[in-house]
Amino acid sequence: MGKIKSLEELMKIKENTLKDLKMRDTDKRGKIVVAMGTCGIAAGAKETLKAIVDVLNEKGIEDIAVVQSGCFGLCDVEPTIEVRIGENEPIIYGHVTPNQAKRIIEQHVLEGKVVSDLVVKRGEL
Amino acid sequence: MRKPITILVSIDSNSILLGARHFKNYLINRLEHYNLTELVDVLETGSLGRYDQGVLFLLLPDNKMYGIKDTNDIELFVEEQLLKGRPVKELIVEEIQTPKSVEAKKVTEEERIVLKRAGKIDPKNIEEYIAFDGYQGFAKALEMKPSEIVNELKASGLRGRGGAGFPTGLKWEFTMNVNAPEKFIICNADEGEPGTFKDRLIMEGDPHSVIEGMLIAGYTVGASKGYVYIRGEYFESVDNLRNAIAQAYEYGLLGENILDSGFSFDLTVRLGAGAYVCGEETALIESIEGKSGRPRLKPPYPPVKGLFQKPTVVNNVETFASVPAIVLKGAEWFKSFGTPSSPGTKVFSLCGNLVRRGIVEAPMGTTVADLIFKYGGGIEGGKMLKMVQTGGAAGTFIKADEINIPLDFDSFKNHGASLGSGVILAIDDSHCAVDVALNLMEFFAHESCGKCTPCREGTRLIVNILREFSKGRGTLEMLDNLYDIAYTMQNSAFCGLGQSVPVPLTSILDRFRDEFEAHIGADTCPVGVCRFDKKKKKARK
Repeated sequence: MGKIKSLEELMKIKENTLKDLKMRDTDKRGKIVVAMGTCGIAAGAKETLKAIVDVLNEKGIEDIAVVQSGCFGLCDVEPTIEVRIGENEPIIYGHVTPNQAKRIIEQHVLEGKVVSDLVVKRGEL
Repeated sequence: MRKPITILVSIDSNSILLGARHFKNYLINRLEHYNLTELVDVLETGSLGRYDQGVLFLLLPDNKMYGIKDTNDIELFVEEQLLKGRPVKELIVEEIQTPKSVEAKKVTEEERIVLKRAGKIDPKNIEEYIAFDGYQGFAKALEMKPSEIVNELKASGLRGRGGAGFPTGLKWEFTMNVNAPEKFIICNADEGEPGTFKDRLIMEGDPHSVIEGMLIAGYTVGASKGYVYIRGEYFESVDNLRNAIAQAYEYGLLGENILDSGFSFDLTVRLGAGAYVCGEETALIESIEGKSGRPRLKPPYPPVKGLFQKPTVVNNVETFASVPAIVLKGAEWFKSFGTPSSPGTKVFSLCGNLVRRGIVEAPMGTTVADLIFKYGGGIEGGKMLKMVQTGGAAGTFIKADEINIPLDFDSFKNHGASLGSGVILAIDDSHCAVDVALNLMEFFAHESCGKCTPCREGTRLIVNILREFSKGRGTLEMLDNLYDIAYTMQNSAFCGLGQSVPVPLTSILDRFRDEFEAHIGADTCPVGVCRFDKKKKKARK
């Protein structure tokens, strides 16, 4: 890092760092909850979680929090994730492989269209 | 590479004593074991404000605060919370209130200006400071005229946070108006007042705010060299500040021709050796000059003739840390906090027999009762509050029924309770007033530098008399003697140290006279604290 020579350069550092810090924000547009019970982990929830983070990073989506939770009680359709956007009813998806996770982010998170073939439950658990 | 989960570990001197360093390494080790390092970022941050629950881990974005007491807690935390996503209720200290949650507001209902970033950013990373408005106040200041900055500060009503409450704008104006080839800025980070630890937490949690405040001061008064005088025991503060200074040089925010403005500023850390008197600005200046720390005769005051006989601005850590936000957001914004005569916020150090000891930043004019019961969680162990000492060792004592006094710079004048450096020392009913007074006066007798007779001899005499009381040998005449000595010291001691010793002494004598009198001729101390000599020696030897 060279020396800062102007206010613009200072603001640039501010912007870049803020992007990195966004991950720590508690106030976001929505969140993706990944069920990380033993059942989920056995079915590959860790890979799914990693894929979700990667895709969010790749697409520069910063207003979605990724949170882990315990088993949703839907062990037969693991890995499961829950997508909550704003005040909309939460959607739970099952059998979310890394590829499907990408689809869900592209369609549901970005375009607001529920990926109906993966939905296992709508509304609060 | 961004990671979805961040854990902020509170690394400050208290937490380090509780094992924070070890816990952090252990946590990282566990994360590696479970192959979670790609998902979880572990960062150090300053104090998260409390210590009674062990070392605090702040889990983001979940916004859960965990109190970790041993490595088993970490195992549980990693296995349950991180791996399975199940919150470990018994380890959670409290969920931090976000603006959205409507539940009852708790400790976190603070107004934070000075501590805005402490506990949120990594103090060792300048970019995180910049991300939260860091150095923007300074950049704005560079586009203003020095006189405009002084006017803004005067309008904001900012007063020195070290204890005396001198208007900061006025102080800077004095130095600005002196025509001198060389001027200096000194940050008083000696923080020797027993019970005060706010400056340490500011320097540990947000060291760049101090540097930025000093830069603005340097530009305003035309100084090109600054010193931070830190007491030597503040290892973390020294480390963090030195690291911050090195980073500021690297980023061109210190050194020659800063931000292409033609303004140059150098900053160095000087270590104190733990003398209370060196918190007095002229003694501090002597100490930086390499002499022994003895106060100088005032006037001339430091703004006109200070370090190396050059005009010098000496301000407290918290004062400097308040400046950038005022320059950036304006005087009106700052005045929206606190009281008309004392605008802004104050960082209070809560200590003594409280449930939650720690620091809290609250608006000026917050009552002692609120500080003790709302922020401090009340008195520990189900005991009763007996008295409170406000403002540090040189501050006043008030009784439990007076705690509705609002604290600001005028509360001493109006209510007889000083704000001082913002210490709230709560003392419960298992303590004896004579013993408390004796303890305090022994401190002053030890710290008196010996330069002037009233302070050197006065503190010694006071201690001797109080010792007599605590042995059950006090007399009414001795009580009058104490007032006499206090009067003499107040009016003839050379510096602030000696002049302020009478403040706690007379306030505790006034308010607990009955307890002092109950020691006279009694068989035992009424509270059962002082150890009286065996009965036989009625006639003094």
